[in-house]
Amino acid sequence: MRVVDPKKSPEAIAHLRTALAPTRPVVLAEQRRLPLVQAFQEVFPGGGLQRGSIVHVSGAVGATAVALAIAAGPTQAGSWAACVGVDQIGWAAAAEMGVQLQRVAVIQTPASSWATVTAALVDSFDLVLCGSQHAPSAQEARRLAARARERGSVVMLIGGETPGLARSARPWPTLADVELCVVHAEWFGIGHGSGRLRQRRITLDVGGRRGMSRSQRLELWLPDASGCIVRAERVQGSASTELTPAVGLIGTGLRDAG
Amino acid sequence: MYNSSSPHSASSPHSASSAERTLVVLCADWPAVATARPVKKPLVVVHANRVISVNQGARRQGIAHGFTVREAQAHSPAVEVVQYDQQRDARAFESVLAAIEEFVPRVEVLEPGQCAFPTLGPSGYHGGDRALAQLVLTRVQTAVLQTVVQQTAVQQTAMQQTAMQQTAMQQTAVGPACSVSVGVGVADGPQAAQIAAKESILQSHHSGSEVSQPVVVQTGKTAEFLSPLPIESLGVSTCSTQASQSAAAEMFDVARRLGIRTVGRFAALPSADVNARFGNLGMSAYRLATGFETTPLNLADPAIDFSVEAAIDPPAERVDRAAFVAVGLAEQLHAELAGRGLGCSRVLVVAETDAGDRIERLWRHEGALSAADIARRVRWQLDGWLSTGASVRRCSGGVQRLQLIPDQVIPDTGMQLGFWGGTHNATERALQALARVQALLGVGAVKLPELRGGRSPSEQYELVPIDAVDISADQSAAAVPSSDRRPSSAAGPWPGRLPLPSPTVVWPQPVEAELIDVSGRSVGVSGRGVMSTVPVHYRVGLGEWQKIQHWAGPWCIEQRWWDAIGHRRRARLQVVSGAAAHLLTLEAGQWWLEATYD
Repeated sequence: MRVVDPKKSPEAIAHLRTALAPTRPVVLAEQRRLPLVQAFQEVFPGGGLQRGSIVHVSGAVGATAVALAIAAGPTQAGSWAACVGVDQIGWAAAAEMGVQLQRVAVIQTPASSWATVTAALVDSFDLVLCGSQHAPSAQEARRLAARARERGSVVMLIGGETPGLARSARPWPTLADVELCVVHAEWFGIGHGSGRLRQRRITLDVGGRRGMSRSQRLELWLPDASGCIVRAERVQGSASTELTPAVGLIGTGLRDAG
Repeated sequence: MYNSSSPHSASSPHSASSAERTLVVLCADWPAVATARPVKKPLVVVHANRVISVNQGARRQGIAHGFTVREAQAHSPAVEVVQYDQQRDARAFESVLAAIEEFVPRVEVLEPGQCAFPTLGPSGYHGGDRALAQLVLTRVQTAVLQTVVQQTAVQQTAMQQTAMQQTAMQQTAVGPACSVSVGVGVADGPQAAQIAAKESILQSHHSGSEVSQPVVVQTGKTAEFLSPLPIESLGVSTCSTQASQSAAAEMFDVARRLGIRTVGRFAALPSADVNARFGNLGMSAYRLATGFETTPLNLADPAIDFSVEAAIDPPAERVDRAAFVAVGLAEQLHAELAGRGLGCSRVLVVAETDAGDRIERLWRHEGALSAADIARRVRWQLDGWLSTGASVRRCSGGVQRLQLIPDQVIPDTGMQLGFWGGTHNATERALQALARVQALLGVGAVKLPELRGGRSPSEQYELVPIDAVDISADQSAAAVPSSDRRPSSAAGPWPGRLPLPSPTVVWPQPVEAELIDVSGRSVGVSGRGVMSTVPVHYRVGLGEWQKIQHWAGPWCIEQRWWDAIGHRRRARLQVVSGAAAHLLTLEAGQWWLEATYD
């Protein structure tokens, strides 16, 4: 004979939920999030970027694309994004990834007023993209992080290297709450004198602290054949024959003395 | 039936009960009167070479409104020509207004020479509209006369010439009250009253009497009063601007040619037909003609000027000194506004430098600005203007005058911030921050990316200065369907543009690159778009050689072949090395790294 505790019955729980709903706080700090596009929603708790956090996107390749893909969500939801110290973003690609360009401002600042300008932007923009052209001192970076936390905006640092081009004199101090690192990327659709760059599969390590401490791995098509950002299936069952993997791991590029 | 020039007929006791009853005082040819010259001596006031006002002497010589100066002089060689001066008219009219303000506290000035007030209170006090109108008429005539005589006397002392003779002439000239035709009209509504006042002057001219009589239209009799008048009289008051006046003249011309010559005939038309034929202008005239005038008098208190300013002496060369003054000013402004329960959501900060520059910027805030907020904004602005260093220096010299003008004054209802800052409007906040950055770095430092059509990655978008974009117009675009992510503006036919996806990094300055085959020879592309050999290695700048694993292309493009200077021939090649993919461009035998698929 089974005795059902009336307090544990689903109806009772549902009733309690509705009764308690008005007494809950309106919104908790950790629930205040900037929405993200579908592909990223599963790896971020609550499906969005927690406001006030610092995001660091790194990787030898693909950092810019990941940063733009993340910026797509908030700008679509009505937030403004500011870019400071990133002159080289291809905005056509950003628009293809879903960034709403009418809510993006690009600020060109000399290094000397970088800190002042970024502080002003953090005050009022939901998302601030910082390139690695200007690297702040540890103190400036800490102040910036504190300001972002207070004002509830997300600062995204785009790291990364491009072969042959030194981007940054010194690295950013490490105080990121969310670390996104592109560990693997391969292009599909290109051959030897044939085809074209069509789609790219990247593997992203997502980690950090404050709720993001669990390290996760995310496989993405960035972009897929139709230009969208979608999660790649882990098991690539019967991959179509036209998908010729173009490339191996990062860093295995052959070097030649030339 | 209306009572026109029978001053002693009893006015209806109900006439004062209507809230819209209005009395209009009209001084004919006020610009000529305001010159305060002897009325017998011909004088015309001209504007844009046309006579707009004549005095009695000139009228007797046959000079009328609309004459050119030459025509006027042909009629009377001795005519004095005075340029129109609106300020002079307004100044002279002040004494008339002062006289009327003995009856009512608030008077609406329709234009210098014409004013109106509702008769509800004063006519009850003075015993009816007619008694009030008579009283006002007498008082205004006296006031006008005094002004004219006084001004003439002042002018004469200034001129100091043949004083005795002139004064004698003045007394004969301006002595009788007839020298200035003043009309007073009372009717339901200001426009009808204006016509009544004009009618009062016309009647005195026709009868040849020296003193005009007020015209009082009884309540509800406006249509009857207007009915026999020519249709053009409706245009006296309905139109204020030059454009609407000419439109009205055209309308009356049409009506006259249609056989509608009097206001009564016009009022008898069906309103739908008037609306169909003459539109809004016709309808406002029609409402007046049928006695349903709707224009209320504007008797609101004049707007109070809250702006505060301070002179800085010696001029402030440093931000902190100017900011110190700004704090005081902001507190003064805030106290003044708060005393009236007002706040200000936009403030215009104006600074003048000793070099004569005037620089201003508008600051906005979603709630009311507190004193500290205002002071902070002034400081930001001065920071950008005065501080040298890396920011763009926009003013020379020090600030010698600082002015704060509240641009949007609102009732201060207090501002409830969201518990987590949720009430903010993202666009407002962003614009505010961008304004601050602009103040720091200069106008050109803030840009918005905008998609343009183009063939190469760098041509597909452009960074436009924010001042060239109307951001508020974009706010409606907040809900863009997520399925429609592909940009459409760049979709135009651009033969030769690269296939999607576009490169995520477009180098502002292309970097020199080298592309070689197995034997180390540089790779070329023929005029027919054929690679001379298979590319095997590339390097960017003087970096390390990278092995090419995959490549695609070349995509050739020839632009502006008809133009000797703008002509460009290029071949584009996608190369993949490791995980990195680049777009290399060949132009005039040199490879360039143009963009990277980062």
